[in-house]
Amino acid sequence: MGLKQNLHNLKEKYKGTKMAPAFNAIHTFLYLPNETTHNGTHIKAADDLKRTMNIVIMSLVPCLLFGMFNAGYQHHLALGDIQSVSSGFFSGEFWSIDNFMVGFWKIIPLVIVSYGVGLLVEFIFAVIKGHEVEEGYLVTGMLVPLIVPIDTPLWMLSVAVVFGVVIGKEVFGGTGMNILNPALTIRAFLFFAYPTWMSGDKVWVKGAVERDQLIAAGENLDAISGETVLGSLAKTQPYNYDVSEMFFGFIPGSIGETSTLLILLGGLFLIFTKIGSWRIMLSAVIGALVMGFLFNSVVDADIITSGSKFYGLMSLEFWKHLLVGGFAFGVVYMATDPVTASQTNKGKWIYGFLIGFISIAIRVFNPAYPEGVMLAILLMNVFAPTIDHYVVQGNVKRRQKRLKAKTA
Amino acid sequence: MSQDIRIKKGLDVKLVGEADKTTATIPLGSVYAVKPDDFHKITPKLLVKVGEEVQAGEALFYNKANEALLFPSPVSGEVIEIVRGAKRKVLEIKILADKKQQFKDFGKKDASALSGEEVKAHLLAAGCWPFIKQRPYDVVANPEGQPKAIFISAYASAPLAADLDYTLQGKEAELQAAVTALTKLTEGKIHVSVSKNGNSPLAGLNGVSLHKVSGPHPSGNVSTQIGKIDPINKGEVVWVVTPQDLVIIGELLLTGKFNAKRTVALTGSKFSNPSYVEVLIGATIADIVTTNLDETNERIISGNVLSGTQVNKNGFLGFYDNQITAIPEGDDYEFFGWNKPVFNKISNSRALTFSWLTPNKKFDLNTNTNGEHRAFVLTGAYEQVFPLDIYPMQILKACLYKDLDEMEALGMYEVAPEDFALTEFICVSKQPHQQIIREGLDLMLEEIG
Repeated sequence: MGLKQNLHNLKEKYKGTKMAPAFNAIHTFLYLPNETTHNGTHIKAADDLKRTMNIVIMSLVPCLLFGMFNAGYQHHLALGDIQSVSSGFFSGEFWSIDNFMVGFWKIIPLVIVSYGVGLLVEFIFAVIKGHEVEEGYLVTGMLVPLIVPIDTPLWMLSVAVVFGVVIGKEVFGGTGMNILNPALTIRAFLFFAYPTWMSGDKVWVKGAVERDQLIAAGENLDAISGETVLGSLAKTQPYNYDVSEMFFGFIPGSIGETSTLLILLGGLFLIFTKIGSWRIMLSAVIGALVMGFLFNSVVDADIITSGSKFYGLMSLEFWKHLLVGGFAFGVVYMATDPVTASQTNKGKWIYGFLIGFISIAIRVFNPAYPEGVMLAILLMNVFAPTIDHYVVQGNVKRRQKRLKAKTA
Repeated sequence: MSQDIRIKKGLDVKLVGEADKTTATIPLGSVYAVKPDDFHKITPKLLVKVGEEVQAGEALFYNKANEALLFPSPVSGEVIEIVRGAKRKVLEIKILADKKQQFKDFGKKDASALSGEEVKAHLLAAGCWPFIKQRPYDVVANPEGQPKAIFISAYASAPLAADLDYTLQGKEAELQAAVTALTKLTEGKIHVSVSKNGNSPLAGLNGVSLHKVSGPHPSGNVSTQIGKIDPINKGEVVWVVTPQDLVIIGELLLTGKFNAKRTVALTGSKFSNPSYVEVLIGATIADIVTTNLDETNERIISGNVLSGTQVNKNGFLGFYDNQITAIPEGDDYEFFGWNKPVFNKISNSRALTFSWLTPNKKFDLNTNTNGEHRAFVLTGAYEQVFPLDIYPMQILKACLYKDLDEMEALGMYEVAPEDFALTEFICVSKQPHQQIIREGLDLMLEEIG
């Protein structure tokens, strides 16, 4: 037991020093600590925060791998190297090593930068403040590369990660104390600081920005573009994807958000393991369907006609809203963040519903950027404590009523 | 009027080492001790000195705040040591037991002929009052108080708990005498809860309101039953007595003697032969466990694994405990213990933990925390094992930031630390829930009273 004993000796040596949290973070990554209970319950259940976070990361891996294939697929498709998929989810055009390698070399640096920068900030704060390194960033660090466009420059990502971790989380006291979802704070920072890199038709396919710059410099090349479904609809242009392509995820978009199928499987896995809240996921879907249905009704009633700039998105069949854009990814992986969501079960229903409802509203009414789930979740993050307050007040009132009935 | 109680929220923690239904009588041990810490928030004023002889039932100390509240010696013998801690706090009063036990005679009483004041005076004088605890605050009942009801839970649902149907067999006469006495102490009802599927000696008692309880732990916790039957409102007090203590009260009334004998379950995987023994309160653990215990890296607990107190072999059986549990210590590292699939530990989730596949399997859990202390992160899990109409995480946080108004509004009068044992057990952030609630209750007791 050489390694175990050596690490134990090192831990004892570092105990009480400034660097102890940094060492412990690495130590506890390798070994479940030897801590025992003292007072209170003498036994503890098997789960800890690391295990919990690990489950979320596991559920994200399929989206990450799919994102790599899709990055290559969109790239080659835009260049005209390959044909679009023809035979369902397991089409050979999509699942090729060639596609994978394009995405792999593009996405792995994003993952490394996200984890590297984020964990560095976490370690620094842990050492300064003398608390243990918390596990929250393990999930955030995986989410961030999945919700940015493929061509996001690494320096931009680094700046955003530093901002998101410091302002979004550490200033409040770390994991468990933050008000806003850190991954979305990072994305919102990118979105507002570098809007040209986060929206439009040039950012979703690898190489499109670069190609554009070359053309601007006078080279004789065809522009490549890949407009998202929502982007097309916002311009009331037709989109060229059928339902199965949208559901399987063979469409342009942020790296991990496109495959509704894999997100659905990930969501079911989270629900099954009791890590993700089914209440939030279900109520958000209901909220989105209700809003989508309302918009469809408005179109059906001829209140909005095809001349309107809102017509494209409003006329999208209400259930298709679930398949496109980042809605599914946001609802399954972001809205369910337990720290920033409502904490009461009743509150979760309200919180989820409003996220779905507002997401679709922002989608339709925001002309600059036709996706609303990020802003809807951030908005509801802010309102979650208020929702909880009123839910808890219901319990308090019931208690007061009981007292009154007794004394009356 | 009887009202059955059925709960769904909860968790049965199934462990190996359930006690066999055989009871051994253990010869009288040498040293016994009373630990004032068993009586929360009591400041002891000693009545004995080292070297004095006491009889069984004779008071060792009284409560500083109330001189009438006496705490008895479980045995007759010589006071040999008073162990003090920091600031001369009394930790243990040790008594060397006589070979032949002398009982102080308090006189036989016919409970039905006594008035409430007489019952009270008798229980106080004979040292039986500490058996009566009160809610709110989960402390020894204030003798001046007027409870709206008295609750007795004869269904122990805690892990490996002593089967009260077995240990109280044949004690019907004592139980009835004690319950008759208790009826004089309240204008309300005496609520007795028994297991729905059991055969409790308490089921046939007269003068009580009987409830049949079913469902997972904490269905046997008295707070769960109070919450279902007659929840505590602000300003109200209920009293709580455990059935094994009722037997001692009953015996006092019937014989005039304070007989601290009780049947204790020896449970847990570290006992080679988990079974029952008949011992006196305050007995030395070593005398009780004798050769039964596997002494390799073991944790001995006076009480159950969820809310008992850690003791060592030279420690003593707690005043209220009828169970000693011994489980392995978990002071070892586990390689990649946080991410590999787990089959040998209990979990409320399915996060690569597979206890949900084997709901009837008995586990051999150790004392490892299975992770480090963190801030509260996950939500919604506590509610699955917490049957009270209270928001567990919110009330814990209110205790942490010491907001008395909020603690009161969220239902602090209705809870005891043991109610948060299961939430503490499943807590992913490994927060000390019971300690948080205890400190919250203490704060309220000081500030509101």
